[in-house]
Amino acid sequence: MIEIQNVSKWYGSFQVLTDCTTRVDKGEVVVVCGPSGSGKSTLIKCVNALEPFQKGSVVVDGIAVEDPKTNLPKLRSRVGMVFQHFELFPHMTITDNLAIAQVKVLGRSRDEAVERGLKLLDRVGLKAHAAKFPGQLSGGQQQRVAIARALAMDPICMLFDEPTSALDPEMINEVLDVMVQLAQEGMTMMCVTHEMGFARKVANRVIFMDRGAIVEDAAKEEFFGQPRSERAQTFLAKILNH
Amino acid sequence: MNYHWDWMFFFQETDDGLKYYDWILSGLGWTTAVSLASLAVALLLGSVLGVMRTTPRRWLVGLGDAYVDVFRNVPLIVQLFMWFFVVPELVPEKLGIWMKQDLPYIVTAVVGLGLYTAARIAEQVKAGINSLSRGQRNAGLALGFTEWQTYRYVRLPMAYRIVLPALTSEAMNIFKNSAVTYAVGILELYFQYKQIIEKTSQVLEITIVVTSCYFVLAFVMNRLLAFIEARTRVPGLIVGTKGDK
Ligand SMILES: Nc1ncnc2c1ncn2[C@@H]1O[C@H](COP(=O)(O)OP(=O)(O)OP(=O)(O)O)[C@@H](O)[C@H]1O
Ligand SMILES: [Mg+2]
Repeated sequence: MIEIQNVSKWYGSFQVLTDCTTRVDKGEVVVVCGPSGSGKSTLIKCVNALEPFQKGSVVVDGIAVEDPKTNLPKLRSRVGMVFQHFELFPHMTITDNLAIAQVKVLGRSRDEAVERGLKLLDRVGLKAHAAKFPGQLSGGQQQRVAIARALAMDPICMLFDEPTSALDPEMINEVLDVMVQLAQEGMTMMCVTHEMGFARKVANRVIFMDRGAIVEDAAKEEFFGQPRSERAQTFLAKILNH
Repeated sequence: MNYHWDWMFFFQETDDGLKYYDWILSGLGWTTAVSLASLAVALLLGSVLGVMRTTPRRWLVGLGDAYVDVFRNVPLIVQLFMWFFVVPELVPEKLGIWMKQDLPYIVTAVVGLGLYTAARIAEQVKAGINSLSRGQRNAGLALGFTEWQTYRYVRLPMAYRIVLPALTSEAMNIFKNSAVTYAVGILELYFQYKQIIEKTSQVLEITIVVTSCYFVLAFVMNRLLAFIEARTRVPGLIVGTKGDK
């Protein structure tokens, strides 16, 4: 579904990504972790071409994102993405947030889009909030709306970039629950997160990044059992101990 | 004070058979027309320029920046004279003659004032767009919006809300700035003011009346924009607290 091959990226002379290679197969859940600044966000944004890269290739569902002939808006509309800071559109009601891209990008009728949006809103447990604005919801609620908004586009896979790290601790679980459910339904997911409980529960593989490189890419059992690199071990010890 | 107040002079007949208050009303009409038309030009062009200056395209940014640098830093009256007297000499001869003879003055004046104000509005619009988090654009793109759609549905609606107070003061300023167009022959309020002072000696009355006219225009504009601000206010929104980079 997602194939990342030898991707390297530079900001000027600073190399953010070094020869990253990995893949996410259909129905797989892959968790990406690593210290701050290691390039996790940059890598995941390469998947839907929010970040251009200078070397290598990323193929999503058979389409190369770096190919200048690729219709990027169309490709992106098929890849859902959830951000650390939710990024709901503050001037629109929750209903409009859910509907707008379905109408403007997929060409669905407004009624159809609203119906689909409300169904997903119900699924994340927020049906009662349809008429509110994002600023009237808590962070956890906004993030669940953001997940529903991405799902409303009927994506073939979902990207998550630290979806819970801007949340107060008591709201983390309501978002993780939605993600776990999604994983269990077979959604293909690439998640940057430090929630190792989530990784243990649903991940197939865990990728550990450091200084722009993929240092570890292992099946979950193997990763939590005996990570090979010393850096991954230190990192794991640090985040599991707090 | 030995001043002889005479408010009734407004009802006296002038040389052209009209009354002085007719002159004022006519000036007020021209001032309003020039100002509103210029404001429309400025909002449209200023928005386009403001957007250009925030795109990832270098040449669009360069073009927008150059426009703003020129039009913001040359005095308005010089710009007006350029449109009236310099530009007709620089364009092909036929066009120049047409501009000088047939093109209504008001069109040239509106272009002059509109293009000047557009530079100022471009600054505001750019600042508004840049005050939004990059994540908003990314969220739009990630949903499949084109770059333009992220402006249309995501960034501009928020940017305008954020810069509405600044736009309000530009919209109020434009009435004041329109007084400069008297210098290129627009028979607007300031022109009438000068003319009436020359013909009568009732300086205080006419000053009070004309000042009040400008005040009322600015006040009405202020209320109108306050109304728009209230209508477009987003419940629960605290601007500029979240977002990535
Ligand atoms: N626009 C940019 N220009 C220059 N350097 C950048 C830019 N964006 C990111 N970087 C650098 O690239 C590196 C990787 O950033 P990235 O955001 O991908 O890290 P991350 O692993 O997601 O970190 P975090 O856990 O803090 O989110 C960092 O060192 C960052 O400073
Ligand atoms: Mg990050």
